[in-house]
Amino acid sequence: MLEGEAGEGTALAMRLVMRAAEVLEADRLIPIRGAHVDSCLYHGQATLDFVDRLVDGGAQVRVPTTLNVGAIDLLHPELWRGEPDLAERGRRLMDQYRALGCRPTFTCAPYQLAGSRPGLGDQVAWGESNAIVFANSVLGARTNRYGDFLDIAAAVVGRVPDAGLHRTEERRARLVIRLASDVPAGLLDQDGLYPVLGIVVGRVAGGRVAALDGLPPGVSEDRLKALGATAASSGAVGLVHVIGSTPEAPTLAAALQGAEPEDEHAIDMATLRAARAELGGDGEGRIVGVSLGTPHASSAELARIAELLDGRHAADGVELLISTARDTLAQAEGSGVAQQLRAAGAELLVDTCSYISPILRTPSGPVMTDSGKWAYYAPGNIGARVVLGSLAECVASAVAGRVVRDGSWGAA
Amino acid sequence: MSGRLIAPGRARAPALVLDEALSLWGGMDPATGAIIERRHPQHGANVSGRVLVLPAARGSSSSASVLAEAVRAGTAPAAIVLGEPDLILALGAAVAEELYGVQIPILVLSTADLAEIRDGATVDIGPEGVSAV
Repeated sequence: MLEGEAGEGTALAMRLVMRAAEVLEADRLIPIRGAHVDSCLYHGQATLDFVDRLVDGGAQVRVPTTLNVGAIDLLHPELWRGEPDLAERGRRLMDQYRALGCRPTFTCAPYQLAGSRPGLGDQVAWGESNAIVFANSVLGARTNRYGDFLDIAAAVVGRVPDAGLHRTEERRARLVIRLASDVPAGLLDQDGLYPVLGIVVGRVAGGRVAALDGLPPGVSEDRLKALGATAASSGAVGLVHVIGSTPEAPTLAAALQGAEPEDEHAIDMATLRAARAELGGDGEGRIVGVSLGTPHASSAELARIAELLDGRHAADGVELLISTARDTLAQAEGSGVAQQLRAAGAELLVDTCSYISPILRTPSGPVMTDSGKWAYYAPGNIGARVVLGSLAECVASAVAGRVVRDGSWGAA
Repeated sequence: MSGRLIAPGRARAPALVLDEALSLWGGMDPATGAIIERRHPQHGANVSGRVLVLPAARGSSSSASVLAEAVRAGTAPAAIVLGEPDLILALGAAVAEELYGVQIPILVLSTADLAEIRDGATVDIGPEGVSAV
């Protein structure tokens, strides 16, 4: 491939994969079964110059490859509130990644799509921090933390350096994180715990593989998604063994691969409350928007929002925005859930996300969200004032036009 | 001092020493080279044409795109010196070299050697190592 017999685009991709192998000090490349590419989000002319070089050089992906979110909602372009020129550049970048043979999924939650869920032990190259944590921690697949340029290069050559989380011994938990005894058992059954817990786990773990012990077995995928998305925001987390939920961690001993932990840490209630407050979990009063679906809402979450709305309409002056994958939206249109949500005044956004692109009517807020990741990034990215709540609190607040709390965290 | 080059090249320029890790994505404006992360101690400093010395990169993988875009815009640092290897920046430099023919050497030094480099010192980086005057 380096010699260019497969075309100059493939040779470029191979040079990048080889450079990565040198940096990681890997002595060989291993084949992958699939890729998820985050490079399709516009970050300046250089990102277009790069993909043009691949396309003009005749490159095509060698493994099934899904695409992460881009800058615009290609199905509802009228939702874009920024400069038209920037939208056009974002669209052209997304089109060029399709030209490389990637599936136009445009979602940060490829694991929610049929046919894009790698299984236990499968080697893949995934970009997008929340998807990486999910692949490793919930599906048991094996990926390093790929990202811009390297994710598509790996997809084009179908191989990755044999290093890091691709290797069994590197997946061993070094650190054990537990919940302190003052965390009430009832809180473990609240959706609102999981994004907040993820923030703390990411801070404690940093770049280390951690085992999180003490959650009930079989935590739901939507809760693990929320936990992983925030852990990957506050720390360089690629894998967290949630004992009893992660396929390779039925027990703590399995996660530790029989070794002793190098470090142990207990998370107490005061730390959780402080993290929740940092994300706007104590916010009160009037809101102008509610943003749900970061990472992209699953079919189960869309149905749950419709059920919580129960025929009620969002209050005047409150923009209710729900982000999801175009494939998930198509399903929701088939089942009638999308129509129920629209009848309640919701806007359904696909292919992008409301914290990376100018979509919201009043981005300065206050905007309420159930997403710890949205709460973490939106203040810096779009200047939003954020209020964090559970999904049920967000829906009740959208209807009321002001923050409604359900008391699941007790008195603040 | 000797270190490990994770992106090849040669550079001689004054050092800009950062007290804390920086994510180029969200932390540096590739249009100007300015450090825009408000909480960063060197907020407002400009990396263009300097040898950027920092303990670590951090944050989003999109920092690779930001580095390549800064090279395209002519605002990139002349070289980067890190206290630990960083795959994301190495890929950004590799892509910038492929697209624009410009090398931004990235050198990894021990924490002790890194601490020897004073802000404003002239730093010389090449395949044989680094010297700071």
